[in-house]
Amino acid sequence: MNEAAAAGRGLWRDAARRLGAKRAARAALVLLAALTLLALLAPPASPWGYDSLDWRHLAQPPGLTAAHWFGTDRLGRDLFVRTLYGVRLSLLISLLASAISVGIGLAWGALAGLVGGRTEEGMMRFVDVLYSLPYLFIVIILSTVIGRGSIAVLLIAIAAVGWLTTARIVHGQTLQLKRREFIEAARATGVPTAGILVRHILPNLAGTVVVYATLTVPQMILFESFLSFLGLGVQEPHASLGNLINAGAQEMESAPWMLLVPAAFLVLLLGCLNLLGDGLRDALDPRER
Amino acid sequence: MLSYALRRIAVAVPTLLVIITLSFALQRLAPGGPFDQEQTLTPAVRANLDRVYGLDRPLAVQYAHYLGALARGDFGPSLSQRDFTVGELIGQGLPLSATLGLAAVLLAILVGIPAGIAAALARGGATDYALTALAALGIALPTFVTGPALALLFGLHLHWLPVAGWERGAPRYLVLPVVTLALPVAAYLARLTRASLLEVLRTNYVRSARARGLGGARVLWHHALRPALLPAVSYLGPAVAFVVTGSLVIETVFGLPGSGRYLVQGAIDRDYPLVMGMVIVYAALTLGCNLTADLVYGWLDPGARRE
Repeated sequence: MNEAAAAGRGLWRDAARRLGAKRAARAALVLLAALTLLALLAPPASPWGYDSLDWRHLAQPPGLTAAHWFGTDRLGRDLFVRTLYGVRLSLLISLLASAISVGIGLAWGALAGLVGGRTEEGMMRFVDVLYSLPYLFIVIILSTVIGRGSIAVLLIAIAAVGWLTTARIVHGQTLQLKRREFIEAARATGVPTAGILVRHILPNLAGTVVVYATLTVPQMILFESFLSFLGLGVQEPHASLGNLINAGAQEMESAPWMLLVPAAFLVLLLGCLNLLGDGLRDALDPRER
Repeated sequence: MLSYALRRIAVAVPTLLVIITLSFALQRLAPGGPFDQEQTLTPAVRANLDRVYGLDRPLAVQYAHYLGALARGDFGPSLSQRDFTVGELIGQGLPLSATLGLAAVLLAILVGIPAGIAAALARGGATDYALTALAALGIALPTFVTGPALALLFGLHLHWLPVAGWERGAPRYLVLPVVTLALPVAAYLARLTRASLLEVLRTNYVRSARARGLGGARVLWHHALRPALLPAVSYLGPAVAFVVTGSLVIETVFGLPGSGRYLVQGAIDRDYPLVMGMVIVYAALTLGCNLTADLVYGWLDPGARRE
């Protein structure tokens, strides 16, 4: 028992060491932490709010000596503050949506795999049907139904499509686990299905789930900014990377910085998260290399 | 082959039916009607509106009517654009959207697959690194960033191409949209082709072909390429789905009068018939392309026909 616990800890420590040894993943982690801190600390420290107007500096280009580092938009709103506010909102929404969708996917996939039979077939068939539709349709149907503008709706909409991949992967892994001797032993000693799920299946899925959760976060950021770009997500005066990029694209002739600043932050954020996710996958699953 | 095709069709048709039913149920049962966003109407006007559009009937009757109309190709009137039927709106935009999507997929195949082959053959060399890095960038960047960025560079700075808009019979308006839409698909195809060709080149039959004294080009054409292209073929179904969603952004960014913007505007206006009509048309399109990709895959790989 003690040995097993030690081996379990060993896996995670091993993974952490392997992750630390990858230069790209380490750099991504540091950059991501810095970006998060900046997004959390800088906007409250600035004299400008995300919706405060500065009438003396309308559509001002960026400059380090200027009153606004990243310039302002047509209404004189500070782009530095708005972009970081957007980063914060994107991170918040994507983390919450990832947690929800990974949770649903984990429960759905593990249950289907464990129960088996008709129920399993029906559950996975449902996933297949949703999977065969481009995710945007589901989101558009949902936002037609529920209306748009509230962050809760946005969360539901993107979490509703995010769980499908996790459910499929967890389902496959559960089927593999189910055939192993220790599950059979647990069944033979009379452990109920719920007990097997909690004590034996879920802990063994942890590695896979951590990897997919990390890879889900950039996906969710993309969904969120995509919807906000189309006008179905975060609404003015609130700023998200998506609606900032949309506003910037409309003004790019006269104020290209309005497009370039939020786009650069989005690319940076996505790049870091993807590198980190790839690094974690290699670290937790040595076979993948 | 025939039974494989029938099995594939037997999967696609119920999926479409489920989608029709699901989107119908979701939209009819949800709170928030199409007339909720305008100024308050008197009950009498409201009742008349509901009666004209059939919204006061029992759901089962509405559903049966809808299915019957769909079978005749009639998607009903648009609730937000009163002078048009949904069918007319879709018909106006679809040719342009289809041209855009088809051109993007073709360009992606023509660029992505040769790039993947070149990278695999130059494995470890500078060409390989450059192409792999380029592909990683193409996959990571979302179209709503690359679209405006390309328009900024080639439209506003270099003045090579128009930034936005559309003129019938002027293909230069389509260059930037098609390139933007093709970029991620080409990048993904290049990555897939590179990985699978490398794998195939390591197999025993390629080695024995080499051992029999066949030259590199002959081994590539006659032995390695066909199995190496299988992953790319099976990606074409999802690629079409990607292009369909991507075209919504592209049409918004470049101001093209395609049908994608109706889907977005319909969702904003909560125009049930318009959104449902678009979803069903696009879903049928996506499923049809998935089916075609599956059939081509089955034709190329006899092993896939046995499940």
